[in-house]
Amino acid sequence: MSRPLRLNVGLAAAGVALILILRLIDNDYAWYTGYVILQYVLLAVAWNILAGYSGYVNFGTAAFFAAGAYTTILLTKALNLDLLVCVLAAGLVSGALGLGMGWLTLRLRGVYFSIATLSLAVVLQTLVVNWPYAGGSSGAYTMRPQGYAVFGNYSEFLFVLMLVLALGGIAVAAGIERSRLGLGLATIRDDERAAAAAGVPTLRLKLIATAISGGMMGMAGAPLPYYASYLNPEAAFSLTHTINAMAMTLIGGTQGWVGPVIGATLLSTLQQGATVTISSAGNLLIVGGVLILFVMLAPKGILGLIRAWRGRGDTA
Amino acid sequence: MAHDALVVQGLDAGYGAVRVLHDVSLRVPEGQIVALLGTNGNGKSTLMQSILGLVKPTRGTVRAWLDGREVDLTGRAPEEIVDLGVVLVPEGRRLFRDLTVEENLVLGAWRAAARREISHNLRLCFETFPRLEERRRQRVGSMSGGEQQMVAIGRALMSVPRILLVDEPSVGLAPIIVKQVIETIGSLKAKLGLTVLMAEQNFTQAIRIADRGSVLVHGSIAFEGETAESLRDNHLVRQFYLGT
Repeated sequence: MSRPLRLNVGLAAAGVALILILRLIDNDYAWYTGYVILQYVLLAVAWNILAGYSGYVNFGTAAFFAAGAYTTILLTKALNLDLLVCVLAAGLVSGALGLGMGWLTLRLRGVYFSIATLSLAVVLQTLVVNWPYAGGSSGAYTMRPQGYAVFGNYSEFLFVLMLVLALGGIAVAAGIERSRLGLGLATIRDDERAAAAAGVPTLRLKLIATAISGGMMGMAGAPLPYYASYLNPEAAFSLTHTINAMAMTLIGGTQGWVGPVIGATLLSTLQQGATVTISSAGNLLIVGGVLILFVMLAPKGILGLIRAWRGRGDTA
Repeated sequence: MAHDALVVQGLDAGYGAVRVLHDVSLRVPEGQIVALLGTNGNGKSTLMQSILGLVKPTRGTVRAWLDGREVDLTGRAPEEIVDLGVVLVPEGRRLFRDLTVEENLVLGAWRAAARREISHNLRLCFETFPRLEERRRQRVGSMSGGEQQMVAIGRALMSVPRILLVDEPSVGLAPIIVKQVIETIGSLKAKLGLTVLMAEQNFTQAIRIADRGSVLVHGSIAFEGETAESLRDNHLVRQFYLGT
């Protein structure tokens, strides 16, 4: 079996195993928790496509995520479309948003790009707050069905949907790493001027990466209105999404798709555990504390630790 | 006489408020090697980067004749210029240190014309530099300066260049390696029918393969030599390089 095929089969097997385990637990809260963890896996993997592979730090995760969620709200309200169609539409909308933002801001290098992306969430949130049809500042409700197709339990359906999206996201990220696109993005990260001098179409590759990354974030946000049956701008555009996606990736390691998966799984499991046992208020505190520890002790994340431990550490 | 492959006309360029090049004009006849001579800080690299679009000129034009077609390069993006077949081997090599030799080479083949011939061109690179084939899976950052210069030239060859710009190939290399690198550039020109503009401060080495040369002093062309002999005899060259 070729390596990509082995990876995809492995991902599918892991997915099936997860569903079976949660079925055995048979608790609505398990589906909920699993959904949130997978949502962060998808967000972190998506964020890393731009930040880890090409070196452009995007502070606009919440904007893409919320754009996906509001795509679902608007399409459900206007056309009563199925959630699966909404997810695809959200991917397109957020992908286009990424392309547009990239076109406007990617000529800016380094930190200036990051500042520009931060403002995207603010602009979009202002737009939604002043748009009564989308629910305005008080938010919008969705009617949650009892079940969906073969799933008797709607929570289980949402979990499986997010699982498929997250595993699909991982497969896409792994594919990029192996492709010409991945190689080109790596040169942009290392030395953008040299990449351009070697003939790498830097702007085009960055735009493709921003669009893919944004589209994945939008798909991560699309089921959110059904998850909570309610969506308001503060929750959708919350900076928490941005910070979590970044911190989880940095803690896991940015060198490949494995880093964000490890970081997101670990951190959001910790957060979910703390929400039940202590309080939901401490979530950002946990992420912040762990991030500080990692920046001080293991700046290359968990992946970096593993590599150093196996003696293949990169001292550069 | 061969017609010109690359013509720079009245070029002004610089960085912010600093103007480095003043009214530079230069022509490179097809199939020849033109040496761009001058000591440090006279604007050789700025001129090379202006031709490739990495530095935007404030005045003047850069035009090229590629496959019988005149193309205005002024104001185009670097990747577009590479796509047209004008390729730079940058000063200090600017390789991707964490990638392998082969990855670095393949990166040069982004043009559509080059992508179809990746395996053929890889073979050409390995024939030219057998050392690189032995080390194709090695990280470039762990190689010697001379080997890295081979990778840099190889990367440019992978783009199937029509016009090759080489910026200071001798920087940081041992004299014996400099000699080899310069000879390789000369033989590649003959083998592939390349047009070459080479910036170099090592006059004695550059002049061995150059058909003609221009001397850049304080950002202006101070002397244009139609032959290698005329350069050797020029008083500017003598003053700057030979100390007489």
